[in-house]
Amino acid sequence: MNLAQKKDLLGLKDMSKEEIELILETAVPMKDIIKRDIKKVPTLRGKAMVTVFYEPSTRTRTSFEIAGKYLSADTVNLAVATSSVQKGESLKDTIKTIEVMGFDLIVMRHSMSGTPHYVARNTDMRVINAGDGANEHPTQALLDLYTIKEKKGTLEGLTVTIVGDILHSRVARSNIYGLSKFGCEIRVVGPSTLMAPEIEKLGVKCYYDLEKALAGADVVNILRIQKERQHTGLFPTLDEYANLYMVNKDKLKRAREDVLVLHPGPMNRGVEIASEIADGAQSLINEQVTNGVAVRMALLFLMMGGTRDEITN
Amino acid sequence: MKLLIKNGRVIDPMNGIDEQLDVLINNGLIAEIGKNLAAGKNERIIDAGRKIICPGFIDMHVHLRDPGYLYKEEIASGTRAAAAGGFTTICCMPNTKPVIDNAAVAAYVRQIAAKSGVVNVLPIGAITRNQKGEEITEMADLIAAGCIAVSDDGKPVEKAEIMRNALEYAKMFDLPVLSHCEDTSLSKDGQIHEGFYSTYYGYKGIPAAAEEIMAARDIILAKLTGGHIHICHVSSRGTVDMIRKAKAEGVNITCEVTPHHLTLTDKATGTYDANTKVNPPLRSQEHIKALMEGIVDGTIDCIATDHAPHALESKDCEYNFAAFGISGLETAVPLAMSLVNKKFTVNKMIHLFTAGPAGVLCLDKGSMGIGDTADLTILDPEKIKTVDPNRFYSKGKNTPFAGKKLKGWPYMTIVNGKIIAEDGRMIEE
Repeated sequence: MNLAQKKDLLGLKDMSKEEIELILETAVPMKDIIKRDIKKVPTLRGKAMVTVFYEPSTRTRTSFEIAGKYLSADTVNLAVATSSVQKGESLKDTIKTIEVMGFDLIVMRHSMSGTPHYVARNTDMRVINAGDGANEHPTQALLDLYTIKEKKGTLEGLTVTIVGDILHSRVARSNIYGLSKFGCEIRVVGPSTLMAPEIEKLGVKCYYDLEKALAGADVVNILRIQKERQHTGLFPTLDEYANLYMVNKDKLKRAREDVLVLHPGPMNRGVEIASEIADGAQSLINEQVTNGVAVRMALLFLMMGGTRDEITN
Repeated sequence: MKLLIKNGRVIDPMNGIDEQLDVLINNGLIAEIGKNLAAGKNERIIDAGRKIICPGFIDMHVHLRDPGYLYKEEIASGTRAAAAGGFTTICCMPNTKPVIDNAAVAAYVRQIAAKSGVVNVLPIGAITRNQKGEEITEMADLIAAGCIAVSDDGKPVEKAEIMRNALEYAKMFDLPVLSHCEDTSLSKDGQIHEGFYSTYYGYKGIPAAAEEIMAARDIILAKLTGGHIHICHVSSRGTVDMIRKAKAEGVNITCEVTPHHLTLTDKATGTYDANTKVNPPLRSQEHIKALMEGIVDGTIDCIATDHAPHALESKDCEYNFAAFGISGLETAVPLAMSLVNKKFTVNKMIHLFTAGPAGVLCLDKGSMGIGDTADLTILDPEKIKTVDPNRFYSKGKNTPFAGKKLKGWPYMTIVNGKIIAEDGRMIEE
């Protein structure tokens, strides 16, 4: 089984549980490659991929780039700030230009929801969504799922609490779409102004009180708070936000003793997460970054035609 | 030239007619309506068997884009789209460049319409100069130049004081004030209706409250002034409820609804196809239900398309960058027909396109009296066709209905006694 018949990876919303499991399983041997002394396999030699990021990012872009390189794909990063976007070229024209250079796959991030879907409709290249607006960030959720599964042995039946700006978070949404396929109890918690309308219909439980939301949780996933949100009046001050929603030692006591702490990064220490937690024994934040490379390797590999047996045998 | 339309079912809601009758047209006027009219010499006979003969359909909310945006639409193309879509009269909104905020621009529109248009074009003037919401326009002069209403459509009149003055002033001339209700502080940066699907697809939402707050204000101002307020493109339950209550209290208020708000929900935005992007946004099933109730109990006066043609590149792009609007003239009738017998009767539907808008604007149209100008729309309720924007006469191919198979289409459009469109195609000389 591979993902070759799936042209694009746009979100977890429309992925099956089996497809997600395949990616997670394939990431296991990929992680071994990262830990080797010689971190390169010839699997994707002759394939070309490009990352196009219309929004700043360090870890996701770098993660995709190195994942492609470990698999021997030729990897190019389009620096949008210096590209033709500044000259007023339409996205469609930019994509066509990239396509005719011979790229097989494009990794795209955009501040506007649905832009990767629009691009996917207009190109023969495979498209991976590296985050679109407040819609989805599927590879982040996949690496979160991988990290949880690696530590807990399973995803089935876990209680996962997602803390922070749910309204604007594509990480929250992709996690919800992914985890709900594994029968997890998903809780979202944050200020009411940052809660997405009718989110309960996604099968999640909605909380405004962090301690209640953490009670008995197996996993807590802490979202980055965008400081700009304060200026649009969605919460009064960062101090008040931290008072109510910063995950610290005291609050985390409500969760299970073996709770896992995730954060997609970059962190605002002292705002959404206390340093004692970020650097604490339960924090998997650095582990997530490594796993991100493994998951993206698995994805690139499966999408560009590899099968799981090929890499394990 | 005489025209005898035989064997059709005549439905004229204004005159309460619904029966099998023949219609004779002579010299551009309706000469006779009756049973089994005998064909005379030099008469062209149209067999309207299994068809419905109605007064010419009126669309009181159209963007023709002339002057200023001829790349989006022209009066020639827009009026042909209207004719092909079954309309004999359209009212064009003033958000052109320059804005129709003075008699000269209104006169220009009428002049171009007389020269290159194929249906009746009635301009709507702006409420405020340059649609800036600051100074009211010379309404008497606009009326003299042929304007039948005023509107700052596309923009709300932000200041209550200005809206109050506009309603007071327009009242002197019995001039309807058409209001685009939107609190822009609430709708800012919004892309689709705020609700489950804005969460599910990750869009910034536009709450129904953005429309309802302005509608509430305008109803209160209409009550204060006695002026005639008409709420454009009503899309939310709250607005329908307030209008119903205001009508019961005797407020001078009317309203319209668009075909797309009746037939599509916010779920359609999941494709991220910007053809689903429209203002006010496509709303949830619950709101559609309220619109249907409003139609059935008479709260909603008419259907209007809000025909908003755009250039391809304004829609073939990132959703947030795309322009709001749907090219609606050539799909309105079949969309409304798709609701007939499910949500309301065919008589009601015809009312919403004829007597309804004529009543809102006090037009001497929308009925079929002997001696009236022969503006007629003939419907073929059995015709099944697939929407193909490439065949649109409108320059705006922006429709979320492309590829949709619909039943019940306009069969013939007759303006001034002349057949101008048949089966959706123009009959050009």
